[in-house]
Amino acid sequence: MKRIRGRSVALFLITAVVLLYGVVYPNLSVLISSFQRDGSWTLANYSEVLSQSFVIESIAGSLGLSIGTVVLCALAGVPLAFLFERFTFPGRRIFAALAALPLVLPPLVGTVAFIFLCGESGILAHSIQNLFSLQNPPWRLRGWPALLLFHTYTMYPFFYVLTGAGLRRIDASLAEAARVLGASPFTVTRRVLLPQLTPSLLAAALLTFMTSMASFSAPLLFGGDVRILTLEIFRARQRGDFVIAITETVVLAIISLAALIVFQRYEGTRRFAAAAMKGAPRRRSSIGSGATRAVATIVAVFFAIVLVLPVATLFLVSFAQEGSWTTQTLPAAYTFANYQRLFGDPQAAEVFFNSFTMSAIAAAGALVWSFCIVTLLRRQGRQSRFFGEGWRRLLSLLVLIPWALPGTVVAVSVAEAYGRPSALLGSFVLVGTFWILPVVYFLRFMPLVVRALQASMEQLDPTLEEAAGSLGAPAWQRFLRVVLPLVWPGAVAGTLLAFVIALGEYVASVLVFVPANRPISIAIASELRDFNLGAAAAYGVVLIVIISISMMVAGRLEKLR
Amino acid sequence: MAFLSLKNISRSFGTTRAVADVSLDVAQGEFFGLLGPSGCGKTTTLRMIAGLEKPDSGSIEFQGANITNLPPERRGFGMVFQNYALFPHLNVYENVAFGLRARHKTKAEMDERVTSALELVQLPGYGKRAVDELSGGQQQRVAIARAIAIEPALLLFDEPLSNLDVSLREETRSELRELVTRLGLTAVYVTHDQEEAFALCDRISVMVGGKLMQTGRPRELYEQPAEISVASFLGRNNLIKAMRLSSSKTNDGEFKTLEGEHTLRMPVQHDDLAPLNKPVYLAIRPEHVQLSTGSNGAPNTLPATIREIVFSGATSTVRVDANGLLLESLVLRTNGLEVNQSCNVILSPDHLTLLQN
Repeated sequence: MKRIRGRSVALFLITAVVLLYGVVYPNLSVLISSFQRDGSWTLANYSEVLSQSFVIESIAGSLGLSIGTVVLCALAGVPLAFLFERFTFPGRRIFAALAALPLVLPPLVGTVAFIFLCGESGILAHSIQNLFSLQNPPWRLRGWPALLLFHTYTMYPFFYVLTGAGLRRIDASLAEAARVLGASPFTVTRRVLLPQLTPSLLAAALLTFMTSMASFSAPLLFGGDVRILTLEIFRARQRGDFVIAITETVVLAIISLAALIVFQRYEGTRRFAAAAMKGAPRRRSSIGSGATRAVATIVAVFFAIVLVLPVATLFLVSFAQEGSWTTQTLPAAYTFANYQRLFGDPQAAEVFFNSFTMSAIAAAGALVWSFCIVTLLRRQGRQSRFFGEGWRRLLSLLVLIPWALPGTVVAVSVAEAYGRPSALLGSFVLVGTFWILPVVYFLRFMPLVVRALQASMEQLDPTLEEAAGSLGAPAWQRFLRVVLPLVWPGAVAGTLLAFVIALGEYVASVLVFVPANRPISIAIASELRDFNLGAAAAYGVVLIVIISISMMVAGRLEKLR
Repeated sequence: MAFLSLKNISRSFGTTRAVADVSLDVAQGEFFGLLGPSGCGKTTTLRMIAGLEKPDSGSIEFQGANITNLPPERRGFGMVFQNYALFPHLNVYENVAFGLRARHKTKAEMDERVTSALELVQLPGYGKRAVDELSGGQQQRVAIARAIAIEPALLLFDEPLSNLDVSLREETRSELRELVTRLGLTAVYVTHDQEEAFALCDRISVMVGGKLMQTGRPRELYEQPAEISVASFLGRNNLIKAMRLSSSKTNDGEFKTLEGEHTLRMPVQHDDLAPLNKPVYLAIRPEHVQLSTGSNGAPNTLPATIREIVFSGATSTVRVDANGLLLESLVLRTNGLEVNQSCNVILSPDHLTLLQN
């Protein structure tokens, strides 16, 4: 660390406090607890926990589910990306516009929608049952096939979006050069396109892997007897079996962090490749043969329908009269009652109020804090302003850790660290108060804001600040008059994204919520448990509407910069 | 006392020594150039004058005061950046007024100074325009207006013309010089373009590899480069490797070229400059290499053969081979010259320069 000036001290303090209290201390507490029993150091927790067959089974289950998810998502996403990025045909835009839809669905809402559509008493099963007059539903949405299907639906966009972006970045002249040199289209794909896509594919695989490792709602609601880590941690905590919960948390964290470290390496090379690339992007070619065009159009429309169906189902069910949907294909009676209850019932109002308040606190905190950390992490020319490169990397990594860790891990580690009087907070116990969830939301989603702001800052020409300096503007004026007006759209877009994701958060909330801060997702889960399907769906629809509006605003803001 | 004075300043980035022990003085009212190939440290030197970089060692004095550690906003220098660095979120008026707002000027004074600055750069009435609506040349003028609006004590230019096309560059160049002279400003101007530096500057320092090689008026540098790096950077130059013979008299050197083994004579002011029997470099500009088909008995006449004639518009380059010594000559007419023809090359002693190694 060098040349720390007076006014930077505040930035350092805020950054240090947030990282120490939010990232370092909670994660270290979990790690230390996992090696301790009755106040002394021991490996007993591990030897005991890891010798239990259901623990091994859940580790294997999580890894198996994630690897299977990666394979299936690649099989679905990569060909779709090639089809929609390289060719043009009627219907292409319909799918392209909807492709990323599953990414913006809150996992719990997506799971609920999936149950209404594909569950054994869902629309699809009922229509087949009624069509063929079957005694029993044709399938049960349970176990491995159900999880893999749902994961593929929600996570294939990682492969679709990143492969598409990779294809767009590849210089068209490279493929043309290969063709001129005598390579067939197949050889061009194999020897020119795929090698250049490797970084994108690896990034997609790792993102899918990490998301799948963190998956909780689907395994909880229709995992059947599939054992996976996130669920086992939740159940162990509910049983009061904290040793198992903490040990499994460490195992889950280690797997996720390993994926993060590999991911960061490949993301680095991908950026380099993108920066080195100049030249014309490839133009989409139109499909010549009529039959092939028809098939492509049918594929596009089919997948577009597949993407929309769960959301459409949720929308439909939100208008179903409670108790009116038993064995019919579609609900028999429709009503506004679910929405009236949502907006009339003081309990529902309180749930919305809680989620809005806590998400707003978390997002606003993330916005302010990201300005501190990004200012510290900024580079000036080839050098960072405040640190050596080693410190810069360490800080960047610490910021990313809560993003890479499953929500379960974040919640458990905060609960472990601040569930009793602690070295850092004295006698104040965070767990059990309203503040536990805003803190957890902040930790989980601040990396999104930091990254959005960092991207904006990287686009900011450093000579603008230098020009302002040479014109006599001191540091605070340079920030207010030059930096802020140019980066706020990106920062606010990132903050909005963090806010809406926090609104629907379930995984961490379910572990640490208290009656005083019961959020929307917990209300959805309890309506579902009471078979108030319409009410659960109505909550989901309201969330989706808020998210859509926010995403549109964020999209506008992104264009502003 | 010099107006601006750099004293032994150095700056490294990691293991790269960008600026090594540079000292120079700029007089008040002078248009001073820093010239050199890209990566030679000239921009880093300018940024240290502006306060945007701190020297690792050495000091910078302005009007007698040590300003080495003064932040840029307190130096009161105007700077024009290579990419102009106009604030994209502000219109032309607000860009030019930026430094005035930082100085808390009244609205009336701000209006007056912005208007007159825009008039000086011939953009009157452009205040309401967005900067991205302007052409490159207009953006350039706004950048200059912004720098002069604060009435800077010193004006710094970082290759301000390099993003303009050729014809606009020459036009802007003469306007720029005229403007700086009219306002009585002192300027430090960084460029890698020697023609630009020669046309604009009263004095120039040539930098190569982070070191200051030579400072002088443009004609001095061109005709009497002191160093081989300066000679080869400043335009095309014939470099002749030669050895001073022991038969040389004081003030009159006799050299034997290593290629072609010709004998050349030229005046040598100090014997120290060309020790006997040590290889040195002699330089002569192509336009001073005379070709002749006859012989007039001039000193340093060498027999040669024409190898190549390259026509390039107003002039032609003739490459000749004088018994293994390859030389270039710049001629206006090629009448009567043909490839493979024999001719005489005359290297006039007045135009030969002895270089330090």
